[in-house]
Amino acid sequence: MKILVVDDEEDVQPLFLQRFRKEIRNNEIELDFAHSGEEALEYLKEKHSEVVLILSDINMPGMSGIELLGHIREDFPMPPPPVVMMVTAYGDEENYKQAMEKGANDFLTKPLDFNLLKEKLKTISE
Amino acid sequence: MYAFPFIAIFLLMIRLRKSLKFTDYFYKWNLKLNLIGWGALGLMIILGSSGINDEVAGIIGAFSLAGVLYYLHKEPIFKPYGVLLRAHYPLVVVAPIVELVYLISESFYDKYDDFFQCAYAVAFGYIYVKIATSKKQLDEIARINLRKNELEAMVAERTAEITSQRNALEETVKELKATQAQLIQQEKLASLGELTAGIAHEIQNPLNFVNNFSEVSMELIDEMEAEIAKGDMEEANAIAADIKQNLEKIRHHGKRADGIVKGMLQHSRASSNIKEPTNLNTIADEYFRLAYHGLRAKDKSFNAELVSNFDEHLPLVNMVSQDVGRVLLNMFTNAFYAVHQKQKSVGGDFKPKVEVSTKVLPGNNVEIIVRDNGTGIPDAIKDKIMQPFFTTKPAGEGTGLGLSLSYDIIVKAHKGTININSKEGEGSEFIITLPVA
Repeated sequence: MKILVVDDEEDVQPLFLQRFRKEIRNNEIELDFAHSGEEALEYLKEKHSEVVLILSDINMPGMSGIELLGHIREDFPMPPPPVVMMVTAYGDEENYKQAMEKGANDFLTKPLDFNLLKEKLKTISE
Repeated sequence: MYAFPFIAIFLLMIRLRKSLKFTDYFYKWNLKLNLIGWGALGLMIILGSSGINDEVAGIIGAFSLAGVLYYLHKEPIFKPYGVLLRAHYPLVVVAPIVELVYLISESFYDKYDDFFQCAYAVAFGYIYVKIATSKKQLDEIARINLRKNELEAMVAERTAEITSQRNALEETVKELKATQAQLIQQEKLASLGELTAGIAHEIQNPLNFVNNFSEVSMELIDEMEAEIAKGDMEEANAIAADIKQNLEKIRHHGKRADGIVKGMLQHSRASSNIKEPTNLNTIADEYFRLAYHGLRAKDKSFNAELVSNFDEHLPLVNMVSQDVGRVLLNMFTNAFYAVHQKQKSVGGDFKPKVEVSTKVLPGNNVEIIVRDNGTGIPDAIKDKIMQPFFTTKPAGEGTGLGLSLSYDIIVKAHKGTININSKEGEGSEFIITLPVA
C-alpha cells in the first residue's frame, strides 16, 4: 500500500520511516514524501494510480492542505479515488468543516497518534 | 583771607562725618575727622592771635589743607569722595600763590588786589559750587539707582516666572518621555500578542518531534534488543544508527523550541541597547514564520506563499537583535496584513505572496527587503506612514507606532535606512539597509 505524506517539516520523513519500520520491512506499506502541496500534485500526476492514501498537513506555506485536497478531488476523480486524511496542529471547528466539505476522509490532529493511525491503516487495507 | 583754608578743612570734616554717619566706618573715623576739623579751627585761632603775619598763616593753612587731602586720598574708604576732595585743589594752589605774591611784592599785590582777592574767593567758592553740583549728580544717581532696583526687581520677578514655566515644561517633557516609553512597551506587548499564536505553533511543532522521536527511539531499542537476541547484528547496528540520528533530532528540535522561547522573552524585555554581532538571516527567518503563524492563527482562511532568499555570505551584523527583530516582525506583519486585505477584497485567483531577501551591499552594508503583492500604499498617505500613531487599521487593531518605532530603531539607533516602494493595488517593498559594524 503506497502512502504519500505531505508536510513542510522535513523531519516528518525520518519519523514516519521509523514509526513504520516494521511495516515497511514487511512490505506492508510504502512511504513517499512531498514537502509542499505543489510538490504533492507534481508527484500525483505520475503516480496517482499507485497511491492509496494521502496524509497531508493543512498548514503549509504556499498551497495549503485544504487547497491540495480540492485539487486532488478535482484532478484525480477516477476510481478508486485516494483516501485523504488531513493533519493539522489547529484542530478547530473551521478547519474540520472545510476539510470535510472538500471531501477529506478523515481529520487528525498533531501530535499524531501513530497507534491510532496504524489502526486506521488496517481498516483501509482490509 | 588766611582763614579760608582752615575753614575749608573744618567744613570738609563736617561733611565727611555727616556722610559716614550711618556707615560702619563712622565709629572708626568720627574722632579722627573731628580732631582734624577742630584742630584746623584751633590752629587758625592760634595763628591769628600769635602775631605771625596773615600771609604766612594763609600758606600754613594751604599746606595743612594739602596735607589733609593727601592723607584722605590714601584711605580707600574716601575714594567715593574723590570729587569732593578734588574740589579743594584750586584753593590749595591759589591760596599760597596769592599770599606769596603779597609777601614778595606788596605794591604789585595792591595794584591788582581786586584780582587776587577775587581769585581767592573764587577758589574757595568753587569748592561749594562743586559740592552743590555733585550733590545734584548724586541725587540723580540715587534716582537712577532706585529705578535700577525697581527694574531689577521686575527682571527677577520675570526670571522667576520663566524659571517656573521652564520647570513646568521640563516636568511635562519628563512625563511625555515616560508616556513614550510606556507606549513603546505597549507596542511591544501588542506585537507580542500578535505573536503568541505563532509562538504556540512554532513551539508545538518541535515539541511534537521531541515526543515522537523519543517515543519511536524507545520502540527501536526494544526492536534492537530483539535483533541482538536473534543474533542479527547487522540489523541491530542499523537500528542503533537510527536511534543515534533520532537523538540528534530530539536535540535539534529541543534547541529550536528553546530558541523560540528565548526570542519571545527577548522580544518582550526592555531593550538592552547593546549591539552584538548577529546573524540577520536567522532573525529574519524566525520572525517571518512567527508573523505568518500569528496571522494564520487569527484567521484560518489566510494563507500565503512564503519565499525567502537569504544570502548565505551575509556577514554578522552588529545590532541590537531584539530591536531589529521587532522592526522585521513589524514589516512582516504589515506585509501579511496587506496581502490578507487584498485576498479578502479580490478573493478567488489571487495568490498572496510575501518575500524576504537579504544581500550584501558594497561599502560594508547589508540590505534586507520585505516584498509583498498586497494592497500597496496609496500615494496620499505615503508620507504619513512613518508618523507616530498613524494607522490604516481599524481602531483598536493597530497602535500606529510600528513604523515610527522601526524608523527610530533603524535610522536613529543603527544609522541605517528604510526605503519604501509601493504601488496601490500591486504591492509594497520595504528596503532596509544596515551598516555591518
